[in-house]
Amino acid sequence: MKEYQTITEISGPLVFAEVDEPIGYDEIVEIETPQGETKRGQVLESSEGLVAIQVFEGTTGIDRNASVKFLGETLKMPVTEDLLGRVLDGSGQPIDGGPEIVPDERRDIVGAAINPYSREYPEEFIQTGVSAIDGMNTLVRGQKLPIFSASGLPHNNLALQVARQATVPEEEGDDEESEFAVVFGAMGITQEEANEFMEDFERTGALERSVVFTNLADDPAVERTVTPRLALTTAEYLAFDKDYHVLVILTDMTNYCEALREIGAAREEVPGRRGYPGYMYTDLAQLYERAGRIEGREGSVTQIPILTMPGDDDTHPIPDLTGYITEGQIYIDRDLNSQGIRPPINPLPSLSRLMDDGIGEGLTREDHADVSDQMYAAYAEGEDLRDLVNIVGREALSERDNKYLDFAERFEAEFVNQGFDSNRSIDETLDIGWELLSTLPKSELNRIDEELIEEYYQEDAETVEAEA
Amino acid sequence: MSQATQDSVREDGLIASVSGPVVTARDLDARMNDVVYVGDEGLMGEVIEIEGDLTTIQVYEETSGVGPGEPVENTGEPLTVDLGPGMLDAIYDGVQRPLDVLESKMNSAFLDRGVDAPGIDLEKKWEFEPTVSEGDEVAPGDVVGTVPETVTIEHKVMVPPDFEGGEVVTAEAGEFSVTEAVVELDNGEEVTMHQEWPVRQARPSTEKKTPREPLVSGQRILDGLFPIAKGGTAAIPGPFGSGKTVTQHQLAKWADADIVVYVGCGERGNEMTEVIEDFPELDDPKTGNPLMARTCLIANTSNMPVAARESCIYTGITIAEYYRDMGYDVALMADSTSRWAEAMREISSRLEEMPGEEGYPAYLAARLSEFYERAGYFTTINGDEGSVSVIGAVSPPGGDFSEPVTQNTLRIVKTFWALDADLAERRHFPAINWNESYSLYQDQLDPWFVENVQDDWPEERQWAVDVLDEEAELQEIVQLVGKDALPEDQQLTLEVARYLREAYLQQNAFHPTDTYCEPQKTYGILTAIHTFNDEAFKALEAGVPVEEIQAIEAAPQLNRIGVQEDWDAYIEDLKAEITEQLRELY
Repeated sequence: MKEYQTITEISGPLVFAEVDEPIGYDEIVEIETPQGETKRGQVLESSEGLVAIQVFEGTTGIDRNASVKFLGETLKMPVTEDLLGRVLDGSGQPIDGGPEIVPDERRDIVGAAINPYSREYPEEFIQTGVSAIDGMNTLVRGQKLPIFSASGLPHNNLALQVARQATVPEEEGDDEESEFAVVFGAMGITQEEANEFMEDFERTGALERSVVFTNLADDPAVERTVTPRLALTTAEYLAFDKDYHVLVILTDMTNYCEALREIGAAREEVPGRRGYPGYMYTDLAQLYERAGRIEGREGSVTQIPILTMPGDDDTHPIPDLTGYITEGQIYIDRDLNSQGIRPPINPLPSLSRLMDDGIGEGLTREDHADVSDQMYAAYAEGEDLRDLVNIVGREALSERDNKYLDFAERFEAEFVNQGFDSNRSIDETLDIGWELLSTLPKSELNRIDEELIEEYYQEDAETVEAEA
Repeated sequence: MSQATQDSVREDGLIASVSGPVVTARDLDARMNDVVYVGDEGLMGEVIEIEGDLTTIQVYEETSGVGPGEPVENTGEPLTVDLGPGMLDAIYDGVQRPLDVLESKMNSAFLDRGVDAPGIDLEKKWEFEPTVSEGDEVAPGDVVGTVPETVTIEHKVMVPPDFEGGEVVTAEAGEFSVTEAVVELDNGEEVTMHQEWPVRQARPSTEKKTPREPLVSGQRILDGLFPIAKGGTAAIPGPFGSGKTVTQHQLAKWADADIVVYVGCGERGNEMTEVIEDFPELDDPKTGNPLMARTCLIANTSNMPVAARESCIYTGITIAEYYRDMGYDVALMADSTSRWAEAMREISSRLEEMPGEEGYPAYLAARLSEFYERAGYFTTINGDEGSVSVIGAVSPPGGDFSEPVTQNTLRIVKTFWALDADLAERRHFPAINWNESYSLYQDQLDPWFVENVQDDWPEERQWAVDVLDEEAELQEIVQLVGKDALPEDQQLTLEVARYLREAYLQQNAFHPTDTYCEPQKTYGILTAIHTFNDEAFKALEAGVPVEEIQAIEAAPQLNRIGVQEDWDAYIEDLKAEITEQLRELY
């Protein structure tokens, strides 16, 4: 392996060096500063005689005399089942003081695309115990369902609640229970947030079945572009080689995208919207699309990326591109949060694209789809009427409209609001749904099959409400 | 992708630099758009720029680990597709490599690099039945025989457009592979079942005609209000979550085209899997055969290489044109053209081209119109008629229709189905906004609907449009003063409009019956609501309070027509019931 002392330019996270042999694109580089510090980087552009290197740990301390060593391979993640229970830093080095990791295999972190032909369509219901998700935006194994949040909102609590409570209701006669694992990739989160996650993992014993990657807010930004890839490579190994059902939580994708922008700017690329690189869609897709199921394999990779929308704006490129790639999204709502609704999920803009195939008879319950549809329509109507109430007052509205207003109130207070510690089964969730829907006249339930109305509609609910 | 030319390699060059999907090579003797094999692994790429002795190549595969000094081989041929029997019921990536073959060749569920495979099985034997006999004169484009490609589709073997044509010397029935000659001509030309065609070049036709027949989709809002013609173009723009993909799937499932080419361009892997798993189990409403028997899928998901995303649209339309030449009506769904445009932008920015609007290359509008112009109702070169309808989804950032891809698309397409996030949020599906959408084919297509459905189809549609327009105006007032402050007749109009929205415009794609609605049923539902309207206004005139009219038991039944299989009788009964109940009130 040849060493060079030929650095010609250092600019932000980038180092340019002259070489006299061909260097492969994406190859890993080690740079040793004169102080004896070793930093790792990756080849961003390779041409005859010159390479551009992106340094993960920041370029501080590198000068023209630093030596550059090309390792002749692309970035790899050492994977083994023993990673479960371990805490690693953002570039995959253990930081929990545990024993050295002896890998079974070293895997390329870029990860090849899953052949669409080899995929298996996700349709196994995951019960998260959160009504607003299970009932209205059902998560299934192999899905990628991000949480769209914003600064100051309790998205971490929701992510933790899901990680803690997620189960697949057992089918009878199915005793080959695959194990459940969590891979947690933190990018640019604060030490406090990281502690919050770690404490919860330790408190609930979840750490034993988790692999934690932490790139903290004061760690180098460029490292953030690697962290999720390490996490996903580990997740794929556990899922498709070791048959685990892996839930990957990535937080905060906004920090990841900021890092992408930083590198793009340093390379003087033509920027796309709001200065983010034009290839951000492709880049994000290469992360998100690593969720899924593969035919003939036991395990699955389910992703819950978290992102904070700058200025609560979902047309910002980060949430926008994410929404176009992922299979739905869960919105955390500031208004609901300030009203004390926990978790403050707003079901109206939220969506789970894979819901329709994961619910229904034999999967959840026969009435699930209709109930969810009807609640959406009723809540949307109630929400609309609220604007009107502000202008004309409740008395000016018809009896029908008042029923919808009551429905919207109770929907938030009873269905969505359940606290971060309560774990509701899907039956409980749907029963609460029926209790609320039964406050509306039967003739309004136009999205529910008549037979289901006969079976589940609670005749007395309406009168009870009227008396109260 | 075509392999027949691999042995005709012209000249070798060496890689000079690598940056993501863009590679430059030195000393490569190449023409623009030639296909080249890059590096030791032979990754497929295409020449996109030539400057001095430096050639710029976009590579269709991941380039990690590729470095300067590695060889580049030129095939001397532009990017072509293999055309012949076996394309239906197949699933390809963006450069026509069959994904099922790749899976077995790579022996992995993940896509590896440097593996190539022909677009159609070159070994498989097909049952050929000639339709010409010795002594017949044939010209380019003429059908010389047929092959039963799938249960639904008879594949027609044609004289390639670049042949001279002549007298048939031999033509025999039998089993042949696609590379064997099935018909020989007196000038020595041999017609096989296999043709190659460069994807960026439209296949020739005699004439483009005005389309006059609708592409019936079985979707009420589309057939009823905003129809598209066979050979027409349509755009479906909408923010994420508004139902672009479901609408495209519905069209792919139920449109009355002979052939459907579905291009998943830069979209989700699981969505393509859904199509692969669902379509074989669904029946074609026209023939009752499995839907896959008329479908060709092209899947270049968002995480697959970006250059192949750029080419997948062309691969799709070339296959569509080939079936058009056989005289079939082909519908091509492209989901999503925005990802295609973004792929162009990505490549363009790597080439450091001067960007146009929002970083898109200046040639964006030209590329979009070139693509949509390949749609149309054609007289083929053999005198038959065939059509290619193109339906492109557009994914505007932030749902803002003023962005360049949406705007440039709208300048070309004649049907616009605007998806609306508000409607989607309240689960009004399909979330097509009836106030913003339009179809410029209406006048051309009305004669067909009058003849094949009902005489007063245009009038009924206009009535519905008027009511919905009036509702939109009234809603503005309602927002200020509340519904009860309106005069009774306007309140009743709102009630009628509500039924139009709930019973007519909404349609449940996941309900086994409601998912497909034939034009007769679409018309029937409309007349049922119209009946309610007429009778209700009569009652109102007779002095019945609007609350009582709204409260009749039969009216909510309108919302149930969609899910009725025996809709004809149901509608008749319902009309009678509504009339009876309303007349009882006065």
